[in-house]
Amino acid sequence: MIEAKDVAKDFTLHNQGGTVLRVMEGASLHVAPGECVALTGASGSGKSTLMRMIWGNYRTDHGMIRVGDTQVSGAEPRQIIALRRATLGYVSQFLRVVPRVPTLTVVAEPLLALGQPRAQAEARAADLLTRLKIAPNLWGLSPTTFSGGEQQRVNIARGFVHPYPALLLDEPTASLDAANRETVLSLIEEAKARGAAILGIFHDEAARDRLCDRQVDVTGFTPGRAA
Amino acid sequence: MTDQAYNFAYLDEDTKRMIRRAILKGLAVPGYQVPFASREMPMPYGWGTGGVQVTAATLRPDDVLKVLDQGADDTTNAVSIRKFFQRTASVATTESTGGATVIQTRHRIPETPLTEDQILVYQVPIPEPMRFLEPRETETRRIHALADYGLMQVRLYEDIARHGEIATSYAYPVEVAGRYVMDPSPIPKFDNPKMSDCPAIQLFGAGREQRIYAVPPYTQVVSLDFDDHPFVASKAEHECAICGSGDSYLDEVITDDAGGRMFVCSDTDYCARRAEGGAA
Amino acid sequence: MTAFDPQMTGPILSVSGITKRYGARIGCADVSFDLWPGEVMGIVGESGSGKSTLLGCLSGQLEPDAGQVVWRGANGPVDTVTMAEADRRLLGRTEWAFVHQNPRDGLRMGVSAGGNVGERLMATGARDYGRIRDTAEDWLQRVEIDARRIDDRPSQFSGGMQQRLQIARNLVSGPKLAFMDEPTGGLDVSVQARLLDLLRGLVRDMGLSAVLVTHDLAVVRLLADRLMVMKDGRVVESGLTDQVLDDPQHGYTQLLVSSVLQV
Repeated sequence: MIEAKDVAKDFTLHNQGGTVLRVMEGASLHVAPGECVALTGASGSGKSTLMRMIWGNYRTDHGMIRVGDTQVSGAEPRQIIALRRATLGYVSQFLRVVPRVPTLTVVAEPLLALGQPRAQAEARAADLLTRLKIAPNLWGLSPTTFSGGEQQRVNIARGFVHPYPALLLDEPTASLDAANRETVLSLIEEAKARGAAILGIFHDEAARDRLCDRQVDVTGFTPGRAA
Repeated sequence: MTDQAYNFAYLDEDTKRMIRRAILKGLAVPGYQVPFASREMPMPYGWGTGGVQVTAATLRPDDVLKVLDQGADDTTNAVSIRKFFQRTASVATTESTGGATVIQTRHRIPETPLTEDQILVYQVPIPEPMRFLEPRETETRRIHALADYGLMQVRLYEDIARHGEIATSYAYPVEVAGRYVMDPSPIPKFDNPKMSDCPAIQLFGAGREQRIYAVPPYTQVVSLDFDDHPFVASKAEHECAICGSGDSYLDEVITDDAGGRMFVCSDTDYCARRAEGGAA
Repeated sequence: MTAFDPQMTGPILSVSGITKRYGARIGCADVSFDLWPGEVMGIVGESGSGKSTLLGCLSGQLEPDAGQVVWRGANGPVDTVTMAEADRRLLGRTEWAFVHQNPRDGLRMGVSAGGNVGERLMATGARDYGRIRDTAEDWLQRVEIDARRIDDRPSQFSGGMQQRLQIARNLVSGPKLAFMDEPTGGLDVSVQARLLDLLRGLVRDMGLSAVLVTHDLAVVRLLADRLMVMKDGRVVESGLTDQVLDDPQHGYTQLLVSSVLQV
C-alpha cells in the first residue's frame, strides 16, 4: 500500500551559497494493508523527512514513492490532493486549522470534503470526540484555544474520522494520559484490523511493541552510512 | 414680426443641419443617445435649451407650434419659448394640441392623441437613466452598447425595497424597440403608455448634456417592471374639478391655508376643450 | 469517491503564455497553468511581482499582449482574451466571480444589500421581485449576515461584513470560478479567520475553483491547494501548497518562506 524505493533527498540552500545538503539516500520500505510499520532512529536521522516525502509536502528528487495507485514522487498537486482526500491520512504533532472554526467542524471536515452530508459527518466526529474524552461543551469552540493534550486528541479524531486505507502517524500518543493513550492505541488497532497500512513514528516503545509488525531504522538511509 | 438680424429659427443653417443629422441618427437607432454639439442659446440651461435646438432644427415656415410646460400653455417657460420662435421664425403658434404640427413639451405628453403629421419635442434635463447609480459615463455607455441592463432593474428593486412599490412616479425608465433603455424625460409615468405605438415622431433634446435621442412613429416603448410588481400608469384618484374628466392626469391645487384643495387637469388645452364641449 | 471527480473532466481553465508589458517594463511574462475543477490556486509574491497584473489578465480586466486564457464552461471551450466583450461581461456575471480586496470596489455602496446581491440575477433576466429577494436573503444568511439587514446599505456595514456581502453578490449566480484579489487584506485577524472559514466552506460546497492572489502565506496555506510564486513578473516556482511552503526549491521562495513568522 505504501512503498518507497531507493529514495534520496537533497536540500539546496540557495541563500547560503547554494549549499547542497544530502540528508537521505537509498531509502526503501513498504507497508502492506493491515500492517503497521514503525520508523526508528535517533532524532534528526530523517524519520520525519521520510514521512513528509510520503505525505507529499517534501519533494522527492530521487527514487520513487507510491501510495495505493498514486505515484507520489512527481505527482501533480491535484493527484496528491485527491490522495489525501480519500486514501492517505496523516496525524501530525501539530494542529493546523483555521482559527475560530468549531472543533466538531474541524474533525468532520475530512468527511465534508468527501461530500458526506453534514449531519452524518458531525455524528461520526461526535463519536470520536466522545471516545477521546473531549467534553461536548468544548465542541463548539475552536481547538486553537485548547491545551496541548486536547489539541493532540482533536488532531487524532480528525485523522481517524475517515477510514483511510493508508495512515501516517507522527507520535500519536505523545502528551496523552494513560486512558487516552489506550483509546488511541485501540483506534490504531481497529484501523489495522480493517486493513489500513500504517506507518508511524513512536517514541513510546511500549506502544510500538504492541502495534508494530516491523521496524525500519532510518539510520540506514543516512548518506555515507548506506554505502 | 421677425427679427431680421437672426437666421430662421435663430440657429444658422450649418448648426441646424448638424442637429438634423443627430435627429436622423436617433430615429435610426431608437432610444440611443446621440451626442451633438449643443449651442449656447439665449436662455439659461434648464429652460429647455435642448428642446429649443431640436425644435429650431425641425421647424419649417408653415409649421404651427405649440409649447407646453407641465401641461400648461401659459407658464413663463412655455410663453417665452413660444415668443422666441414667433420672433425668430415667424411661425404660427397655437394652444391646441390638434392644431399643432410641432409641440415642444416639458414634463407632459398631451392628453389628446397625437397624429402622424405631428412631432413631439421633449426637453430633457438628464438623458442618462442610470446616472445616479453609475456616475461613470464610460461605464453607462458600455452598458448601453452591450444592452447589459441589470443595473436599471436594480434601481426599481431599490424602489420596492424602500417603499413597498415602485415609487418612481416620473422619468420612469422605458425600453425602446426591445433594445435601448431610455429616460423618457421627467414626464409622469401616467404618460408612459402614450409613448408606445405613437403615430407622431418623438424627439428628445438635452442641451446641457449635449444628447439627442428619438422614438420613431409606431415604436414599442415598454416601461420596465417586475413580474410581481407590474408597471401601473397611476394618477390621482379624483376627477377634474373643472371639466370632470376621470382619466386625464391631474394637478393638485391648494386653494387656501385651511387644507382646501382641488384636482384639475394638468393639460390645460384638453381641459378647456372638455369644459367648452361639456357646456355646449 | 468525492462529490465531484476532477480527474474525469479535465482542466476548467487553461492559461498559456500570458504576457503583459507596460512599455518596456514587464507586468507578467509567459505564465502558463491549468486549473482543474474544484482547485484553489494561490498566487503569491511581493508588491510589484506581477501577481495582480496576472489576475487582471486572467479575469478579463486587462488585455494581455500575448497568450490565451481558455475557459471550458457551459458553452464549451473559448479563449476569453479574444472573445467579444459582451460575452466576457456575461461570463463575468454568470460563471465567473471577482472578489476585490477593497469591498468598495466590488459593491455598489449606494444600493441596499439586497440590491447588491440581486444585481447578477436581474442582469441575467430575473424579473420576479419576491424571488430575487428570497434568494438574496438566503445568500445573506449563507455569508452570515442577518437577513433583516437586507435593506441596509453596505456603508452601514463593518469591513468584514462588506467583504462577506461582496462574496454573496458574486456567488449568487452559482459561478464555477472565482478570482480573488487579497480577499482578506485589510481585515482584522479575527475577521480574516471567519472569512477564510466561510470561503473554504463555499469552495467545498459549491465545487468552486479559485485563483487567489495574496501576499499572506498563512492565507494560502489554509485556502489554496496549489501555489504559484511570482517574482519580477515571472513564475519562479509552483506546486502543491504545503510542498512549496515546507520544501521550497527556488532561492526566492526560500527567502520568502523564511522571511515570515511561522505559517
